[in-house]
Amino acid sequence: MSKKNKKTKNFFLSILNVPFALLMNVIDLIMWPIQKIIGVRRMPYIFLLPNLIFFGLFVIIPLGVNLLFSITGGTELYISNREFSGARHYQTLFDCQNYLNPNSCNEDYFWRGVFNTIFFVVFQVGLMIFFSLLTAVILNKNIIGRGFFRSVFFFPVLLSPVVVGLIWKWILLKNGILNSVIESNGGSPMSFLTEPGWAMTSSIFVSIWAHMGFYTLIVLAGLQAIPPDLYEAAEMDGTSRERIFFRITLPLLMPNLLVVFILASIKGVQTFDEIYVLTGGGPGTSTSLIVQYIYTTGFAAAGQVQNFGLAAAASMILGAVLLVLTLIQLYLGRDKETKKQEI
Amino acid sequence: MQDGKSSLLETAFKKRYKNKMHWTDYFSYFYLLLGVFLMFGPVVWLGLSSVKTQAGIQEYPPTILPLAQKEIQIEGYEKPLLLYNVTLEDGSVKELAEIKRVGITSKMLDPKNPETKYKIPIDRREKIREFNVQWRNYVDPLQKYNFILYFKNSIFVTLVATIITLIINSMAAYALSIYEFRGKTFALVFVIGTLLIPLTIILVPVFYVVSNFGMVNSLWGVILPGAATPTGVFLLRQYMLTLPRELIEAARMDHASEWAIYWRVVLPLSIPAIAVLAIFSIMWRWNDFLWPLIVLGKSEVYTLQIALNAFHGELTSQWNYVLAMTMVTLLPIALIFTYLQKFITTGIASTGMK
Repeated sequence: MSKKNKKTKNFFLSILNVPFALLMNVIDLIMWPIQKIIGVRRMPYIFLLPNLIFFGLFVIIPLGVNLLFSITGGTELYISNREFSGARHYQTLFDCQNYLNPNSCNEDYFWRGVFNTIFFVVFQVGLMIFFSLLTAVILNKNIIGRGFFRSVFFFPVLLSPVVVGLIWKWILLKNGILNSVIESNGGSPMSFLTEPGWAMTSSIFVSIWAHMGFYTLIVLAGLQAIPPDLYEAAEMDGTSRERIFFRITLPLLMPNLLVVFILASIKGVQTFDEIYVLTGGGPGTSTSLIVQYIYTTGFAAAGQVQNFGLAAAASMILGAVLLVLTLIQLYLGRDKETKKQEI
Repeated sequence: MQDGKSSLLETAFKKRYKNKMHWTDYFSYFYLLLGVFLMFGPVVWLGLSSVKTQAGIQEYPPTILPLAQKEIQIEGYEKPLLLYNVTLEDGSVKELAEIKRVGITSKMLDPKNPETKYKIPIDRREKIREFNVQWRNYVDPLQKYNFILYFKNSIFVTLVATIITLIINSMAAYALSIYEFRGKTFALVFVIGTLLIPLTIILVPVFYVVSNFGMVNSLWGVILPGAATPTGVFLLRQYMLTLPRELIEAARMDHASEWAIYWRVVLPLSIPAIAVLAIFSIMWRWNDFLWPLIVLGKSEVYTLQIALNAFHGELTSQWNYVLAMTMVTLLPIALIFTYLQKFITTGIASTGMK
């Protein structure tokens, strides 16, 4: 039975292989003379070229162009048609009487986005670390059906943000199933998506629901790297489970939790899609985050002119924040690698 | 049979918990069951709701199963009539069909005897429900609202982008792992550098580049910008570094061209890493939202995700269609997951990427 399966599998693989081999042979016809001309030692440049062209076109050049956009004004997309405006966009963004009060700002939508994002990230990341730690510790125990439970918690990670947003919108709607359950238990229905405080709470919850599995996996990998003899020794000494957790597991897990913290912050600051589908940034601007500000200002402002310059300036500010976070992440990663080498 | 099962479970428990169960054990199982409910519940609810009738979907409080009110076709009436269980004045219960509702009373008739009419206060009747799976929720939008086209667009983007990503990323990884050349460090730093720049902070200029190439409102405008991925290059490079160099030397001795070494020797040996990257790429592309939302403005080029979002905005009342199409969007990924679940989770755990 399995032999037959393998045979059919191999058969399909070999069919797939035909166009692949054909393509590769054709490319070889071009590559062979190139190699003859430039020599083997320069071949790696040829292999690197396509990837670097893509990086250049869609990452490096845009980074420079972004700066140009942020210091030029007008509604034209083509740089040569845009007029120089200096730091005006940055001034507009930072034009506030009181930075703690978005209403006093010229671009109050931007500042509301900033404050919403800060609020969102603080709670989302905090709760994310707590729940992924709890879940990972439980999944690491010697429980029945461990494989099944692991995939259950991981499953939502694969869902698209649109699907996640729609599933939860359908549950949290005013006449959705959650309100019906609340009502049948004697409560009064709530506006999970249309009341500002609740809309933010729902957004944070849904975002944790969708991404927790990913961070759980990272923590789980850390848990499995803790040498079991430590636990055995502690058990021999009759240490209580609570003490084992706080004295062995938690300290040894700190590096992983730090990674989770940084990764979740980087992703959290850039959150857009699932909340855009779930609440649309509303009610009002109560759940609109900073990426939504960039998107709306640059591409989708209803009834307004698209303001590429302002959107680019806001992206530069977001970029600065992300740069700091990513550098911390790289620093932590490097730290881990050097430690490994020392061992 | 049942006894056998429970005793099996019991022995399993006994084996694991020779000593007494600690409070953390009870809590763990409670937490896991709650987790199953919270993680799977919403998706199950989506599936059940997606086959309800339009009337069933608007019902409040909702029924769990896709039930719909029973209807009956009676001669002399254009539309099918809804059936109710009615408690009559003498206390007996009868099955009646509603002709017309007037305020709080309803004009009804007996289906077995259509000539007799009744006037019934609406609080004395109860709906008769039957199991009714509405596959039309799936068929209608696929045909009427072009969802087949969006599905095709999504598949095109996913497949082409994944193929391009695999080829150019593995080429770069090959160069960065097998060769020593001047500027290698620079190239490595360059690739790491692109990690620092997520798409969200260069939305405007990438749109500028894409529109300079005339790729706005074209699927290529979605495919190309994300084709080179730093994570992909690093994943493959890490794997290729572990390959034995002797193989490459041997191939060179046999006068194989560098390109032939790449695709005949190194690529086949890197299949495990390439498969991981392929799965990730498929997932990224199928679920991609923000960038297609910016580039694709015409409905002919919508991908499934964009179409679903737009469709939901237009047809807020037709949740039955929206939910059915959500299922369609979710199913391919769910299928991949059930088959390759172990592969995916170990891939994420070992690379730390999503």
